[in-house]
Amino acid sequence: MDLFLETFLNWQILREASPILWQGLQATLLLSALVVPLGLAGGVMIAVLSTVQSPWVKWPLRVWVDTFRALPPLVLLVFLFAGLPFVGLDIGAWGSVALGFFLNTGAYYGEILRAGIESIPRGQIEAARSTGLTRGQTMTHVVLPQAVRNVLPDLISNTLEVVKLTSIASVVALPELLFQARQAQSVTYNATPIMAAAVAYFVLLWPVVRLLSRLENRHLAGRR
Amino acid sequence: MTGWDRFTDSFFNARVMAEYLPKIIDGFWLTVWLALLIIATGLVLGLALALLRAFGIRPLNWLIVFAVDLFRALPPLVIIVLLYFGLPNAGVELSGFVASWLALTLVLMAFAEEIFWAGITSVPKGQWEAARSTGLGFLQTLAYVVLPQALRITIPPLTNRTIAITKGTALASVVAVPDILGAANAGVSFSFNPSPLTLGAIAYLILFFPVVVLGRWIETRFAWKR
Repeated sequence: MDLFLETFLNWQILREASPILWQGLQATLLLSALVVPLGLAGGVMIAVLSTVQSPWVKWPLRVWVDTFRALPPLVLLVFLFAGLPFVGLDIGAWGSVALGFFLNTGAYYGEILRAGIESIPRGQIEAARSTGLTRGQTMTHVVLPQAVRNVLPDLISNTLEVVKLTSIASVVALPELLFQARQAQSVTYNATPIMAAAVAYFVLLWPVVRLLSRLENRHLAGRR
Repeated sequence: MTGWDRFTDSFFNARVMAEYLPKIIDGFWLTVWLALLIIATGLVLGLALALLRAFGIRPLNWLIVFAVDLFRALPPLVIIVLLYFGLPNAGVELSGFVASWLALTLVLMAFAEEIFWAGITSVPKGQWEAARSTGLGFLQTLAYVVLPQALRITIPPLTNRTIAITKGTALASVVAVPDILGAANAGVSFSFNPSPLTLGAIAYLILFFPVVVLGRWIETRFAWKR
């Protein structure tokens, strides 16, 4: 027990590591604030494009989305970070993470928003168009607001996954929370910094998990 | 060299690809094996927890809910790193494979429990009461009346979640497991050419593209008609 406490909950080490962990936490928050809007932007683009009926748009789009849903995000990230410099395109850790998340989470957000858009009855779109709204206005003022509301639990759930996923940026040496915790752990040879990072993630994300659990239960129960 | 030559020489270098293909294939089977292990243990544990929760023992349920929340909130890579790099500091050594398997099993367990539980609670209370009043026991009601209905509506969310988590097997490369990504990374650093990564990406697409399409199909096939 003493060994456990000393290895995982060592106050002395926590005090020494706290400045670097704090920097890591800030970088994780900044990273989330960057990649969530990026992914959402990609998702809206995909969802709006998916309303186009032409097979020349529909099938390439579906292959695009399924490709980035099939490729593990870490593989995509490593490919961008370690592969592109060989052809002279060095976009760095932040650039690779931004592009990788745009491609990967954009596909997921796109699928969710597409389901939302499909949940809006066609009659509404026709009604909006016949009152004189343009196609674009119908999308932004009539379809999207309702679509987003209909798939809100899925959007929140995906956002939670995206924030958790920012931890893979540690693999390309971006100094976010997990990377900093690993650094501190390898210097001190003590697991307390990693434990502290885990606690930080949990404290940050637990409220979201609770909220989701409520929303999902209501959602499934409402299907009967 | 023109830009195009440089591109093909870097990403589609036949010599390098031929050299590292066997390693990538080994990695492919390791990834499949790890994924299947995770699916088996994660789903069984998730269902077991959901069934345990149906007994309605208060303190036990709090514990289950906390464990589920914990593994839904923690990033899988953090759990893997904690198990692989943290535990040795306390004198417990796990191999990278075991650490990855254990971490992703716990994550899948948490998500599966949540989904199974939502399925069980979606069966109206009246059915429980009706089944019990015809003389079925608690376990019989669970097994013959509630679960068959509950499992059906859990299939789409469960499939999608399982696919997402098994893709997490790529994280095992971080703890020195020679899975597809691990083998590809090693290939890049030995050959100083990124073609093994192209092979790795293709291997993942061969493995997961059909699974993603299957998930899409299951979602429409089992969609609950309102």
